[in-house]
Amino acid sequence: MSSTLIDSLFVFMLAAFIGFEVIRHVSPLLHTPLMSLTNALDAIAVVGAIVLVGERKSEYATILGVIAIVAATSNVVGGFFITDRMLRMFKTSRPVKK
Amino acid sequence: MTEFVGSQYLIEAIYLIASALFILSLKWMSSPATARHGILAGEIGMVLAIAGTLLHHGIVDWKWIIVALVLGSGIGIPLGMVQMTAVPQRTALSHAFGALCVTLVGTAEFYLQTPHVPRFTMSVLSMEVILGGLTFTGSLMAAGKLQEILPQRPITYKGQNFVNFLLFAVAVGSAVYLVLHPGATQLFPLIVGVSLIFGVLLVIPIGGADMPTVISLLNSYAGLSAAAMGFVLQNKLLIIAGALDGSSGLILSIIMSKAMNRSFTNVLFGAFGQVQASAAGGQEAKPVRNATPEEAAAILAAANKVVVVPGYGMAVAQAQHKVRELYDMLTKKGVEVRFAIHPVAGRMPGHMNVLLAEADIPYDRLIEMDEINGDFPQTDVALIIGANDVTNPAARTDQSSPIFGMPILDVDKAHTVMVIKRSMNPGFAGIDNPLYYLENTLMLFGDAKQFVGGIVRELGGGH
Repeated sequence: MSSTLIDSLFVFMLAAFIGFEVIRHVSPLLHTPLMSLTNALDAIAVVGAIVLVGERKSEYATILGVIAIVAATSNVVGGFFITDRMLRMFKTSRPVKK
Repeated sequence: MTEFVGSQYLIEAIYLIASALFILSLKWMSSPATARHGILAGEIGMVLAIAGTLLHHGIVDWKWIIVALVLGSGIGIPLGMVQMTAVPQRTALSHAFGALCVTLVGTAEFYLQTPHVPRFTMSVLSMEVILGGLTFTGSLMAAGKLQEILPQRPITYKGQNFVNFLLFAVAVGSAVYLVLHPGATQLFPLIVGVSLIFGVLLVIPIGGADMPTVISLLNSYAGLSAAAMGFVLQNKLLIIAGALDGSSGLILSIIMSKAMNRSFTNVLFGAFGQVQASAAGGQEAKPVRNATPEEAAAILAAANKVVVVPGYGMAVAQAQHKVRELYDMLTKKGVEVRFAIHPVAGRMPGHMNVLLAEADIPYDRLIEMDEINGDFPQTDVALIIGANDVTNPAARTDQSSPIFGMPILDVDKAHTVMVIKRSMNPGFAGIDNPLYYLENTLMLFGDAKQFVGGIVRELGGGH
């Protein structure tokens, strides 16, 4: 038990450092799409809700889990969708029309 | 933990791949050229992770999972199609949804396991629901303010910080007690309830101009609560995704608070919204010079270098497409047009960039503050559209100004400054802007969209 806990803490620490290093290099130009993307990725919490609903351990847990899946899935779908829409709009300057 | 069943190894392997894809996804976001690969990587990782989870041996009932996934997708599609001007409130809303998911799962886990919750699990579970709860209601409040359902003005009262601190202390105190005395299950609803109230109270004193910082901070909290959920469920993919999101939000909050000259601790303790208490002194009517669209067009046409400074007012007036026409028109005439982007312009990090990109303005014309500030002395015209505090020279010179020390765009150093503004009312923060009374400043009074449209007409009709 305690060794898995320590493992998890190591994972968290390393992921946080990777996050810092990677995101520090994101251009301010893309801060809005960055936020909607991390939002979509964060909705991976849906996997916890899926297991909760699927295991059907209690009525309450299922109800809470279903709401949780709906909320997270809407973030996944909406988040990726809008990030893609935003990024498609970013164009570099073509040679100016005569 | 129970022994690994065969499928469990497969799921862990899939999660490992998904984690790598998530990290790549963020890495590719560093440049507009590769950013769309980033989305693809994220999407593949997400689909893999969800598909893998469905293999979980404990799952006995798929019906409700499918129903919920379909329903969520149905809600997600319209949320992905909102207008670009509505992106800040959409983002706040999705922080709320993410936090809702985490809070609900945490609550369910507690009632399934109680009173046999190991101490460590109970501490992270408390963290999960406290952060999740306050992020849920806080983000809803932020979304409501951005959508203008709720008043944008900060709501403050005496002892506000004390009340907030007290609530937070109650939530944390109850959590600690519950960790030490697992039998005291009646405390759990209190922890969740107080966190929900705390979220509301934390955001009501915040006004529109502080929104970029608040949204970033809520982003970070949402990530941390998801990471805490990962600890509770011992799911490393969740820990990684939560840590990435948490650090992303944290970095953005730090950038935003620096751009507003707030110390980061000041922001962390929710003491935003204090600026509005500024004295609206200097009421005597100072003379300003104003100009018509014709005059403005003539000056712009004669310029060599023009820098446009967009702000939230441009978004409100939906003027970005007219600005694009102006950009085209001037570029055709051989005028060099660039856009100066202050980090906190708008209502969320990067807000202006997205609006201008939507209007088809090439992103290499959008210049960050530090890069463009040195160019203002060689700039013929600085055209300010709906921005106020980020151009206020008092931030450089006036020690008594509430925004003293905040980095600003040095527009006053341009040969001519033109400010499109509805009226002389001070901006959001209620701070008078000495820029408007300078000799080289021309005030262009009117609606941003109409005024820019007027300039475009003049430029087109002239020759």
